[in-house]
Amino acid sequence: MIGMLQNLGAGALGIFERLGRGNLFLLNVLMGIPGLLLRFGLVVAQLYATGVLSLLIIGVAGLFVGMVLGLQGYNTLVTYGASESLGIFVALTLVRELGPVVSALLFAGRAGSALTAEIGLMKATEQLSAMEMMAVDPLHRVIAPRFLAGMIATPLLAALFSAVGVMGGYFVGVGLLGVDEGTFWSQMQDSVDLYDDVMNGVIKSVVFGFVVTWIAVFEGYDAVPTSEGVSRATTRTVVHGSLAVLGLDFVLTALMFGDN
Amino acid sequence: MIAEQLDNSVKPGVEGETLVKIRGLSYYRGSRAIFNGVDMDIVRGKITAIMGPSGTGKTTLLRLMGGQLKPSQGTVAVEGADVAKLKYTQLYALRKRMGMLFQNGALFTDINVFDNVAFPLREHTNLPDSMIRDLVLMKLEAVGLRGANQLMPSELSGGMARRVALARAIALDPMMIMYDEPFTGQDPISMGVLVRLLKTLNDALHLTSVLVSHDVKESLSIADYVYVISEGKVVEHGTPDTLRQSQSEWVQQFLEGLSDGPVPFHFPAADIETDLLKEGRS
Repeated sequence: MIGMLQNLGAGALGIFERLGRGNLFLLNVLMGIPGLLLRFGLVVAQLYATGVLSLLIIGVAGLFVGMVLGLQGYNTLVTYGASESLGIFVALTLVRELGPVVSALLFAGRAGSALTAEIGLMKATEQLSAMEMMAVDPLHRVIAPRFLAGMIATPLLAALFSAVGVMGGYFVGVGLLGVDEGTFWSQMQDSVDLYDDVMNGVIKSVVFGFVVTWIAVFEGYDAVPTSEGVSRATTRTVVHGSLAVLGLDFVLTALMFGDN
Repeated sequence: MIAEQLDNSVKPGVEGETLVKIRGLSYYRGSRAIFNGVDMDIVRGKITAIMGPSGTGKTTLLRLMGGQLKPSQGTVAVEGADVAKLKYTQLYALRKRMGMLFQNGALFTDINVFDNVAFPLREHTNLPDSMIRDLVLMKLEAVGLRGANQLMPSELSGGMARRVALARAIALDPMMIMYDEPFTGQDPISMGVLVRLLKTLNDALHLTSVLVSHDVKESLSIADYVYVISEGKVVEHGTPDTLRQSQSEWVQQFLEGLSDGPVPFHFPAADIETDLLKEGRS
């Protein structure tokens, strides 16, 4: 019994210690961001790696999710004779929820895992130590540009996901199922509010981008510098990042739309 | 020129004075003592070898000197300043004057040889590209790899990677350079090249070299002074000649590479008969 309590206590202490380390790490990274304004090229290079290289998966996933929404939405709405509301259904679902959430999940899997593996391997091969010994702080030179790039890329990818998704819904709803084109767009234009819907979706994706990129870069930096350690860290990035996105999505949704 | 860009206030030291003074150094990893009351002096302008079996904390000692680790007790002072007590900016200013060659080179794998060597120059100076190019090519020429400047690290052999890392380590004209097992895993030709390079660079650039290694012959051939460490303590120190004449059985076993001696061939275990009989019963 005492042994079990000891293990529980040690486990809890370990979690809090790691959380504390993660927060200190974040503080140091944030302190490196102002310096990047003078060297924005470092951020642009990372924007390419995390953002541009994620375009394909985000675009394809957005298209299919939008098509599924068009099909499922039509089948449900037509039962109530409300198929002309398909545009609102597709747009609100994407802008408020699926755009930020699914793009953040895909970002965690595609770019987050790559960030963790890259930083973890740099640690395992002593590249980060070498940088420190050259009087270059790796938190400012390696981590901060990746963190900032991740934060910039996620809302842009979410916007792209939603836009392509709406086109997917349009293709199925208007192109295949015969919903009136003018109704599809005009209802969407009337009902989707820039601040309540679009901006809230943007806020969500900024928060998700912040958290997922933080988890990814911290897991890489904190990885045990062995092949197994990097592998575990990469897995943790995807698992913790995805769970954090889903958990935060509920909290943010409750805060944004809970009183409607 | 580089020194002007880095810090005008740095004055050259006097050859022969103590550059790194280690006193009462203890370092624990968990409850295990890596060092327990170590004293050492690294003399400016000389090559000091720190030798000992694998796992005795030689690399840890370099990290303590570079301020990447903090001692549990005692001090590591470089030019009189306690490294563990330096502020962030002071520590980074000191590191600009220290080079370190890592065991595997630790080259940045996403950029080529030229950019690896140029990295510290671009980070710490505002020199124009044309001057950086000249400096990089001169550093690469010193290690014999000017012709390889456009290769990627993955295209280099182990020995070449270490020479490139050496060129990068001397890019800022440091006062001191630390070598972590530079000879490990090298073929005889690469080994000979590295040994000669270390000695030549130390003398030509008036460096202070700290060489951590367990390659006895190569280290003793170029070192001016040697410390042998084992189980967290300095077990012997002196010039290579003094060491060769040491009466310590342990030192002789280490220098001669004998399989049995004070460091036993067998890992501590129960009596073999007891073990075998137990095995039979189960």
